[in-house]
Amino acid sequence: MRLIRALTAALAALTLGAFAATPASAQVEVDIEQGVVQPMPIAIAPFNGAGATGPDVSRVIRANLERSGLFRPLDPATFIQRDLSVGVQPQFDTWKQVGAQALLHGDAHLDPDGRLRVDFRLWDVGSGQQLLGLQFTSTPDNWRRVAHKVSDAVYERLTGEKGYFDTRVVFVAESGAKVDRKKRLAIMDQDGANPSYLTDGMYPVMSPRFSPTSQEITYMQLRPSGSNIYVFNIETGRQETIGSFPGMVFAPRFSPDGKRVSFAVDREGNTDIFVMDLRTRATQRLTSDPGIDTSPSFSPDGRQIVFNSSRAGNPHLYVMNADGSGVRRVSFGGGRYSTPVWSPTGEYIAFTKQTGGTFHIGVMKPDGSGERMLTSSSLDESPTWAPNGRVLMFERGSGGSARLWMVDVTGRILRQAPYPSSGSDPAWSPLLN
Amino acid sequence: MTFDAKPAARIGTAILLAAALAACASKPKPTMVADAGPSGVPIPGAGTAPEAFPAPPTGDVMRGPPGSASDFIVNAGDRVYFDYDSFEVRPDAVPVLSAQASWLQRYPNVSVRIEGNADERGTREYNFALGARRAQAVADYLAGRGVNRARISTVSYGKERPIDPGSSEEAHARNRNGHTSIVSGAR
Repeated sequence: MRLIRALTAALAALTLGAFAATPASAQVEVDIEQGVVQPMPIAIAPFNGAGATGPDVSRVIRANLERSGLFRPLDPATFIQRDLSVGVQPQFDTWKQVGAQALLHGDAHLDPDGRLRVDFRLWDVGSGQQLLGLQFTSTPDNWRRVAHKVSDAVYERLTGEKGYFDTRVVFVAESGAKVDRKKRLAIMDQDGANPSYLTDGMYPVMSPRFSPTSQEITYMQLRPSGSNIYVFNIETGRQETIGSFPGMVFAPRFSPDGKRVSFAVDREGNTDIFVMDLRTRATQRLTSDPGIDTSPSFSPDGRQIVFNSSRAGNPHLYVMNADGSGVRRVSFGGGRYSTPVWSPTGEYIAFTKQTGGTFHIGVMKPDGSGERMLTSSSLDESPTWAPNGRVLMFERGSGGSARLWMVDVTGRILRQAPYPSSGSDPAWSPLLN
Repeated sequence: MTFDAKPAARIGTAILLAAALAACASKPKPTMVADAGPSGVPIPGAGTAPEAFPAPPTGDVMRGPPGSASDFIVNAGDRVYFDYDSFEVRPDAVPVLSAQASWLQRYPNVSVRIEGNADERGTREYNFALGARRAQAVADYLAGRGVNRARISTVSYGKERPIDPGSSEEAHARNRNGHTSIVSGAR
């Protein structure tokens, strides 16, 4: 297919091609048209039927694809053909006329059993070939997730990469004065819809992470007398601590099989990484260096852990086997490295790097090679990967100006995340289901 | 909620996405949990009374009676400062910590909590570890001056409790500190 080959090849060129490490100014949205790839012009016609639901579904799809930076949805007001219907071939000449390379349209139905059914078609306008035909059925109040699933299907068909739209983000919603900051656990759909608080903010919380296998979140709560790590069940609202430790506990993460939690414990000024089996509560210490060892992140196969250590003086990144053996350093640049996160596809480790007064979100291969900076500002930190391993969300700014931002793995698509208020410490869920 | 995906009837040649989307996932209804309140399991080490973080210093402190918390702050000083990315007790901290140790020996029923703090020019989790090191450095110094370790607890607030909201170097320097809080036994 000419269309999919064009976009896939262009994406590959972006990733592998040589370009300068840091965009000139990361404070404004990068104009991708300066680069190798033009976003694909796609016509997303308002879906028919089911009252407002059809057009609502196409509106969410349009926003998802536009936000990815890879697509340029055309303005529906310019469309010439207005009577699209699944089961009928579109008038491709009119779609070529408005400049569309791809066309997405669909019909939404409320079936007699009360379920919502969305039936859609994706066409290559140039060749007149149908690229995708699917229908999704669910309860009507789940229409947003249907829209996200359609978005994922279209994204995957046109880019060759898995989508990331049927996901949620857990993060810390911030408010109040910098010297008395209120930090509440919050969750939202990745497009900013359905934001809600999970804690009441009496004590600040930080570094939440999703379980890869269950509807649970782990996070750290800070009290004046110490800290606790909780595992919180999103569906029931119940939570429990992972236990008491003789010192500060922080930086919790689930293992990829969801059975273990790795975290940092400070004992009398020495911070080390531990791992706990959630079923047996057996706990093993993984590092024993007198330096700071924290911020563990599992590889997707669960066999290795990348972490942050000051054992060489400045903070750097190290990889070890999941039992603590075989420690080797993987960061070698002149700067301070922290917050390592292994991508879900295993391809990269993302991190925060500080050089002088500037912070960057960067990526490297797991062996430490291919280090590139994706962003640059006076305070960027805490990257988290979308499940397709191509997009990161991170935190930029501090205090009242702390905001969630997103960048793709080429560094060329940089924009604020769709959460308008102060937020920090984002963590992306796996694809739902 | 069930998502059923089926290949739709199509016109012409089509390339289908493998329709493997039949698994059921409930749409989780996020339920808020109260930080301090009961949520099924008692939180180890926590009392039932809400805890308050120390308020940032607001200038002059009126000295209270001997053995009081404000007497401690005025007579000894409750905060020492650290260099960037360092947890070494600086020369300018020595007189303050010595005065703290003397005061604590004069009032042996007082227990303290050393809170380690970091500036925002570092990432969150690393700064927790750094704050913990700073707290320990102060605790070790006091213990070395004869204060019984059983009277000293330590905690790190990382960069979460700055005393200065500014972004100047002076503000950052103030935020790199170890704060000695009296937790019990003071008049």
